[in-house]
Amino acid sequence: MKADVSKIDATTRAIIAATQGGLPLTAQPYDAVGDVVGLSGAEVQARMQAMLAGGVIRRIGAVPNHYKLGFNANGMTVWDISDEHISELGQKVGALEFVSHCYHRPRHLPHWPYNMFAMVHGKTREEVKSHAKEITAILGNSVNASDIIYSKRILKKTGLRISS
Amino acid sequence: MSEAILDAQDRLVINALQGGFPICDRPYLEAGAALGMGEDELITRIDGMLKSGVLSRFGPLVNAERMGGGLTLAALSVPQDDFERVAELVNAHPEIAHNYEREHEYNMWFVIATETRQEIEKIINAIENETGLSVLNVPKMEEFFIGLKFEV
Repeated sequence: MKADVSKIDATTRAIIAATQGGLPLTAQPYDAVGDVVGLSGAEVQARMQAMLAGGVIRRIGAVPNHYKLGFNANGMTVWDISDEHISELGQKVGALEFVSHCYHRPRHLPHWPYNMFAMVHGKTREEVKSHAKEITAILGNSVNASDIIYSKRILKKTGLRISS
Repeated sequence: MSEAILDAQDRLVINALQGGFPICDRPYLEAGAALGMGEDELITRIDGMLKSGVLSRFGPLVNAERMGGGLTLAALSVPQDDFERVAELVNAHPEIAHNYEREHEYNMWFVIATETRQEIEKIINAIENETGLSVLNVPKMEEFFIGLKFEV
């Protein structure tokens, strides 16, 4: 299902570049994007609809800053889970409402035994810990070890940038 | 960072619009109608929350890998007295999208995003050469779910 780089054409690229700072806050934002990339509003809409359907755009909407919303305790929970159960268990953990991202990642033994990451957001560390306990309960006997790695400071946050 | 003060309407916008923003001629009109607010009010509220930092962005969220780009999560175990210097070296690469200090032996965690998959290895090698530290590279193998949730 992975798109090849060659399949991302110039128009798709131009639309991404024109909207990466955000969708224009005007009554007809797709027309405004069209003015930048040289298409009609209807063409931009059709193209973005296709990008959404094809997965190039994950979603369109608001990205909240969790710190500003009072979610100050952000724990990257990491888990060493038996490989044969990770897909099934990962789906369950990812569906929890307090988990914002959940991924299967490689171990690097002996330094790094963990193969699942779940980002847990809470207002306090106590809340994050109790969420981690809920995850432990879901994982049952499949979990060998786990840890919660709290964030201390943002050193950089520019997000993904592409050139137009 | 201090918690922002939001009224009920702002909360409604945050909870309802983390995805599914319509693609049509007047999307703010359509989305606003579903929330019981006018087009101008919705635009004004989104603008206000972007300016106050409650929202870090409003718009399409792109999947880097579907564009053929490379993306990985990586970490370093940095000696505490050398931390600021290493942070500067790592952050100097424009391919570093996010970088967090974390409380662990691996105390620096960053996302590397590149325009092609092959570039990831180049950046990792460059960081290892510049810092003299070994990078823990943990690219995602499987994604379970990316939530659109932050109930406020």
